[in-house]
Amino acid sequence: MEDIIKFFLDPANWAGQAGIPNRLLEHLEISGVAIFVATVVGLPLGLYTGHTGRGANLAINIANIGRAVPSLAILVMVLPVTLALAPVLGYPPPLGLNPLPILISMTLLAIPPILVNAYAGLRSVDRELIEAARGMGMRERQILRSTELPLASPVIIGGFRTATLSVIATATIGAILSGGGLGRFIFDGLNQGLVGRPSIYAGAILVTVLAVAVDLGLALVQRRLTPVSLRKPIGTPSRGWTQTAEVPQSGGMPGPI
Amino acid sequence: MQPGKPLIDWAWIVEHLDDIFERILQHLQLTIIPLAIGFVLSLILAIWAVRQPRVYGPVTAVTGILYTIPSLAAFALLRPITGLSLLTAIIPLTTYTLLIFVRNIVAGFNSVPSDVLEAAEGMGYTRGQRLVRVELPLAIPLMLAGLRLASVTTIGLATIVSVLGDAFGGLGALITEGLQTFFPTKYLLGAVLSVVLAFAADFLFVRFERFVTPWAHARAGVR
Repeated sequence: MEDIIKFFLDPANWAGQAGIPNRLLEHLEISGVAIFVATVVGLPLGLYTGHTGRGANLAINIANIGRAVPSLAILVMVLPVTLALAPVLGYPPPLGLNPLPILISMTLLAIPPILVNAYAGLRSVDRELIEAARGMGMRERQILRSTELPLASPVIIGGFRTATLSVIATATIGAILSGGGLGRFIFDGLNQGLVGRPSIYAGAILVTVLAVAVDLGLALVQRRLTPVSLRKPIGTPSRGWTQTAEVPQSGGMPGPI
Repeated sequence: MQPGKPLIDWAWIVEHLDDIFERILQHLQLTIIPLAIGFVLSLILAIWAVRQPRVYGPVTAVTGILYTIPSLAAFALLRPITGLSLLTAIIPLTTYTLLIFVRNIVAGFNSVPSDVLEAAEGMGYTRGQRLVRVELPLAIPLMLAGLRLASVTTIGLATIVSVLGDAFGGLGALITEGLQTFFPTKYLLGAVLSVVLAFAADFLFVRFERFVTPWAHARAGVR
């Protein structure tokens, strides 16, 4: 315990490339990029399938695959692909500090919850409301923007919560390959034996605090975006994959992280 | 990966079939023990939450925070306390199942129509009898959905334990050993097998659910 406090008080752990601020920044950076790319790919697809009702099977299959594939497995399967592509891309090939495989696998892990929740959120909107909007002469785009999106936003944000959580956790494991992020403290500590224990603890604590804080922040966003009439009492779980008649029942939970 | 060498060394796989099988068994052990403990704990928590609805919020909040802890961090935090023992793997793997199970079991109990409960009461069932003979069977579909999701999740998380050391075994050990020795055959095999195991569990539970609750799917069949 004392050692952990000492670790956090040691100014050497707050400066430079291996310092806490820089590792945190790396962690946020790689997570942010993955979420951004996953959003660009997954959100339009989810909104399209949700609005039109087409591609329900696609959404269900992506949901099932996304839940079932272990993150470490994705990471490791992407690795040879990026190594093979390394000469083509002019990318540094050594197995060590290589953020590309981890970035790709994080993105692949983040797409399913974003896509599926966008789909499920739009499908959960009352059909009569959409008919009414159509009857008022709204165009499809307007219906999507002014009727469906506001009502579906809590569910859509729920997808982002799940995606963010899994990305933050995977970035930790990814430090085994990428060399960056808070997971580095854990792996460095593991390699140092007994002396490394404070580092392992510190890394684990930092990652946990980050995950819980980000999840809490997104939960607040989710709550604020929920129309007042739909709000449930505090403590009602509202994260994760949503359950609809069309997306297989799961109790609304993300896959392995 | 050396250029010119094939990515997969099939001969190595054939030679090491026994070891690989052993790893699969270890992985099943790492999956089944947490699932069993987690399910029993969750059943108790869920029955408590159904009888006292105000308990549900705090229970899901606590299990939710446990679920939020990144897996590697949880294993790393426990390692100095429980050492390189099976406990270090089993404890977090169990706590991760709690949120899934509690939510699905509670949803299962809540899915029992109230007139069915009243009918059971009218027939003179005691509370305990009603629970065992009426509520539990009707809650099975959602419980199984939870079991399906928890098993898939646990199979995935169990691969990560071995990152901490070789003592835990499972398919993750093939991955970490393969990475450490720059041997793609080994880490790819570990990854592929863990995916296959997850999909197999998923498929089995879907089948099992249809088998034990034929009434839930009878209508869909007619249509």
